[in-house]
This record gives sequence, C-alpha cells and structure tokens, in this order.
Amino acid sequence: MSVNETLQEKKHHEFLTQNTDFEVRSLDAVCFNESELKHPWWYNLKYAVAGILFGIILIKAEVISWFRIQEMFRLQSFHMFGVIGSAVAVGIISVLLIKKLKIKTIYGEPIEFVDKKFNKGNIYGALIFGFGWAITGACPGPLFAQIGTGALVIIVTLFSAIIGTWVYGKFRDKLPH
Amino acid sequence: MLDFLKQPWPWYVAGPLIGLMVPALLIIGNKSFGISSSLRHVCAACVPAKIPFFQYDWKKEIWNLFFVAGIVGGGFLAVSLLGNPDPIQVNPKLQAELASYGVTNYDSFVPADLFNWQALGSAKGIIMMVVGGFLVGFGTRYAGGCTSGHAIMGLSNLQWPSLVATISFMAGGFIVANLILPLILKL
Repeated sequence: MSVNETLQEKKHHEFLTQNTDFEVRSLDAVCFNESELKHPWWYNLKYAVAGILFGIILIKAEVISWFRIQEMFRLQSFHMFGVIGSAVAVGIISVLLIKKLKIKTIYGEPIEFVDKKFNKGNIYGALIFGFGWAITGACPGPLFAQIGTGALVIIVTLFSAIIGTWVYGKFRDKLPH
Repeated sequence: MLDFLKQPWPWYVAGPLIGLMVPALLIIGNKSFGISSSLRHVCAACVPAKIPFFQYDWKKEIWNLFFVAGIVGGGFLAVSLLGNPDPIQVNPKLQAELASYGVTNYDSFVPADLFNWQALGSAKGIIMMVVGGFLVGFGTRYAGGCTSGHAIMGLSNLQWPSLVATISFMAGGFIVANLILPLILKL
C-alpha cells in the first residue's frame, strides 16, 4: 500500500475515533494490509444477504408492525419485550464467546470492539428518537423493511429521517453533548 | 414446514435469530450491527454540504448500505413468499382504542388508515409520516444509534451508554404512545 493511501486511512480512522458518534468506525484501522479497499465491490454482497435474512426475520417477527410497537408501549403484549430481550441475551453470549475464544473473522482478522463513550445525546437524542418511534411505529431497520413489503408511502418517512439526520449534522455543534 | 414459516414467528424464535445477527456481522467482516448510520452515509454521499459531520469517506462504510438494501429485499421476499394470509392479531384493548380513531384496517403491518399518500395532505398524516420520520432520523443520530446499534449491539457488548440510550428511547416511546399519540390520532 502506498504511503499516501496509508495516510488517508489514518485520517479516516482519526475522524471516526474522534467523533462522538461511535457507531461509525474504521474497520480497517488495525490491519492496513487487509483494507476493504482491496476487496472488490461484490464482497459487500454478503452484507446484502445478511440484510435479506434480517429483513425476513423482522417481518416474520412482526417487529415492523405499527400495531406491535403500540402494544409494546402500552404494555399490552409481551411479544416485543421477548424479542428484544432474547436478542440481547443471545448477543451477549455471542460477544462473550467471541472474546473468550478469540474468534476471528472469515478473513482471519481479530474481531474488534469499540467502547461507546457516554454523551448527553444518549439521553436527549434517544428521547427524541423514542418520540418518533411511537409515532411512526418503526425504528430505522423496520422503515426499510416496511418499504420492502410494499408500503411505498414509508419512503416519505425514510426521506424525512434522512433529512432529520442531516439537520442533526448541521446543528451538531450547537446541541448539548 | 412452509405453513410454520408463514405463521408469525414467536418471540423465542425471532429474538434469538435477531441476536445472531451480531456475531454473524462480526465474523463475516468485523462489522458492528447497526442501521441508523446508513442514514448518515446517505447524507455524506448525497448532500455533505461541507458539514464536518458528513466529511468522511462514506465509501468505506458502504457495507451498511448493502445491508439496508438487503432489508428492503428481505421485506419483499417475506411478504411474497412467506406472507401470512390471516389478518394481524392485535390486543383487543388496542383494537377498541384504535377503532375510536377510525383505524380498522388490519391487512398490513403499516396501518393503511394512517399511512397513505392522501393522508400527506392532512395535518395528521404530516405529523405521522414527516414529523415522525424526522424525529427518528434526528434522534437516532443524536443518540449515536438506534434499536439495533444501542439496544442490540451496544447491550450485547455491555456498554452502559447504550443502556442509558435504550432506557431513554423506551421512556420517550411510552410518553408519546400513551399521552401524545391519542391526541394526534384524534386530529
């Protein structure tokens, strides 16, 4: 890899690690040699397959149902709590196993975990998201799945969510963090 | 088997499958499960407008866009191949309440009485679709994640900020669903 590319890689990594939005991270920072850039684009198709499976699960679990979300927030059904609770339980066990057994990726890279740092957005932002979730009956994943089921008007909701994200980015410096 | 798959899946089947997305994404490419970031990547790709928050190499995070495109495809496949022919089962209490707002159509997970193109001409429809969507996009990014990034991935990795975020968005949802949404639905 050329010096220039390595520098670019570093810059990208620094941007992502210094950013309070810790959801995005550089995935290649530890291992410059196995940069995603070296993989042809179709390597990403495996994520599309993962997305298809996830989309099917979201539908069949009725997680994308506006009615299910209303039941959850009115404590009228255990379903959603069961789904989220058991998903988290399986997730915790999986992450523990990955760390304990030092499981590697299919490309032999060590699996990285990035700690999330607390900021006030975890409260204010999450409250705002909760307000929207109760109204639309959909968090971001289900928005995509709902469009897939043929509810094309949800494209408007998704577009509005993208605008919301953009407005956050625009006024980020002025918001308490 | 196919009949079973066509039925709504119980929580103890669906929940663990969702949980398995966490190790699956980590193992196939060191990716942290999360969806709301895709909205940010779209901003960075389409309208970065010199905003520092959108100045990064979004192409490096393009896996996330493949993932959400897959979710759209999965939604399509699930209803076309594994669609449940029966009406959606909803708690009778909720059904009674919704009937008082004129919501009686249970054919689709997205209630057709509330979410449709004509409704975009009314205050109710604008609040439900446009304002609601805006709050989801703004709030998730401000919070640094959504249900997948915080509640599933963050809690799986025992991150306490994710627990704070999860409690906060559940609290926000409880408040609006019980106190505010009834007023919106009456419009």
